[in-house]
Amino acid sequence: MSTPEKEPLLSAKNLKLLTSPVGKNNPITVQVLGICSALAVTVKLKPALVMALSVTIVVAVSNVVISALRSRIPDRIRIIVQLVVIATLVIIVDQVLKAYAFDVSKQLSVFVGLIITNCILMGRLEAFAMSNSPWKSFLDGLGNGAGYGLILIIVGFFRELLGSGTVMGYPVIQKLGLYSAGYENNGMMILPPMALILVGLIIWVQRSRDKSLIENK
Amino acid sequence: MKFLREKIDKIKPHFTEGGRFSKLRSVFEGFETFLFVPDTVTFRGAHIRDSIDLKRTMTVVLVALMPALLFGMWNTGYQHFRSVGVEAGFLQMFLFGLVKLLPLIIVTYVTGLGIEFIAAQIRGHEINEGFLVSGMLIPLIVPIDIPLWMLALATAFAVILGKEVFGGTGMNVLNPALTARAFLFFSYPGWMSGDKVWIEGLTQGKNVVDGFSGATPLGLLAQNQGDLLPSFRDMFIGTIPGSVGETSTLAILIGAFILIVTGIGSWKIMLSTLGGAVFMGLIFNAIGANPYMEVPFYYHLVMGGFAFGLVFMATDPVTASQTETGKWIYGFMIGLLSILIRVVNPAYPEGVMLAILLMNVFAPLIDYYVVQANIKRRLKRAAVALNTNVR
Repeated sequence: MSTPEKEPLLSAKNLKLLTSPVGKNNPITVQVLGICSALAVTVKLKPALVMALSVTIVVAVSNVVISALRSRIPDRIRIIVQLVVIATLVIIVDQVLKAYAFDVSKQLSVFVGLIITNCILMGRLEAFAMSNSPWKSFLDGLGNGAGYGLILIIVGFFRELLGSGTVMGYPVIQKLGLYSAGYENNGMMILPPMALILVGLIIWVQRSRDKSLIENK
Repeated sequence: MKFLREKIDKIKPHFTEGGRFSKLRSVFEGFETFLFVPDTVTFRGAHIRDSIDLKRTMTVVLVALMPALLFGMWNTGYQHFRSVGVEAGFLQMFLFGLVKLLPLIIVTYVTGLGIEFIAAQIRGHEINEGFLVSGMLIPLIVPIDIPLWMLALATAFAVILGKEVFGGTGMNVLNPALTARAFLFFSYPGWMSGDKVWIEGLTQGKNVVDGFSGATPLGLLAQNQGDLLPSFRDMFIGTIPGSVGETSTLAILIGAFILIVTGIGSWKIMLSTLGGAVFMGLIFNAIGANPYMEVPFYYHLVMGGFAFGLVFMATDPVTASQTETGKWIYGFMIGLLSILIRVVNPAYPEGVMLAILLMNVFAPLIDYYVVQANIKRRLKRAAVALNTNVR
């Protein structure tokens, strides 16, 4: 189609599509998209993991679908078409979660449905899938999902460990015997502002390691 | 003195650029300027020099804090001996409080100054004195029974995320001491409210006199036990349970006097905060929908940390409004919000902390509009002058 010269499936350029959103072009810490759900679902690690997985699947598959249809979608109604595709996929994910992981689905509540409004999805469709081949779009979707998921998992891990004293529901702090030494869980970790502060700290660490991310004043 | 000066001059070369300890330059400078007036002069333009610099300012605030600190020490002992039902003399009470309070002060200073020193070395700044006051404020606004590690954690949080990320002393948006308290309040609510933490030893269940309650006036009101409230006189003098330094309105007033006379604290902010609180208190008195609203408005001025926040936190020159008109608005809103939060949401008994933090965030906005209004007014005047000249 649009790429006449045969390119290997995982060429350096394609691999970069996969890795750059995890680091240098992270959707949360660099593009600052999808913050809302990052604050809402990261109280515990498990819902954060499930959310990361759901978003990755939806963004990767919708990228492929839209990319395959891109030459047939009339420009004026492209947003509606994109939304139909995303909404369909989100409903499928929601139903699957309700069927096979009901507890987590209940914890995530409306936030699975709200994947539709996650800026990362529309952003990738508009910026990438509308002008690239399906395979590249798939890699881009996977990469962005992973970048989003990575931050969610880091934030979820620390919030659960410090806020509830557990990791994936396993009482780490209690097993280490820290409670009897006078340690107490930090109630602020459970509140959304702390998630924002944690994301801020991750941005701080990332920028101090990679100076090229710091904007010129 | 001359001996000291010579010694310092002798070791000074080691700390200058290229010297053996050049990395510790700002530490050296910090100590040198602590002992002597710095001899550095500006190299361009003329500047008005005043004997008041940041160090002297901070020292005056520390002096103003002394009455509240000393009273807090005595009251710690007084409340303790009252709770266990033991007779004790004045000195015994004071020494008891001193021994209990010293660890809090030391932990706060070591944590805070440690971070400030490290941050100054990393950035190559000189060490700022901002923490001298914050480090004394923090122990005075926490319960005496707070675990030391929590205090250290909160101090670190306040200094790093409340101050250093914004660029250090003078650049912070929020008052560092209140940031530390807010962190403790939301992180460990069990240690920051209730009727046990305010009196030494009560959380460990030491033998207490029957019927003794360690609840603060605000705690009593939040639980609809307003009839158990101490008398106005007791609350004014401060022989009530509460955070270490905030119980005595009298001692705080002495501090306020020192701040106003030396011109360090803004009397405009203090007066307008008072006005805002009285205004809101009178409105609630007029409504009188529940027992809390019926509490006489002047009670609010002596209960909880209102007086302490008004004198020492709201007037923080860094986080308050800078414009003179802005100060009136800023102070009035603090007073109003303090009483509003206190009465309407008893889940947050200490309204003054949240009110000041909230208005800290709004202070730059207030200043912006005050400055813009001034520019507009002067432009108008200039336009009028221009028109008349043309004619």
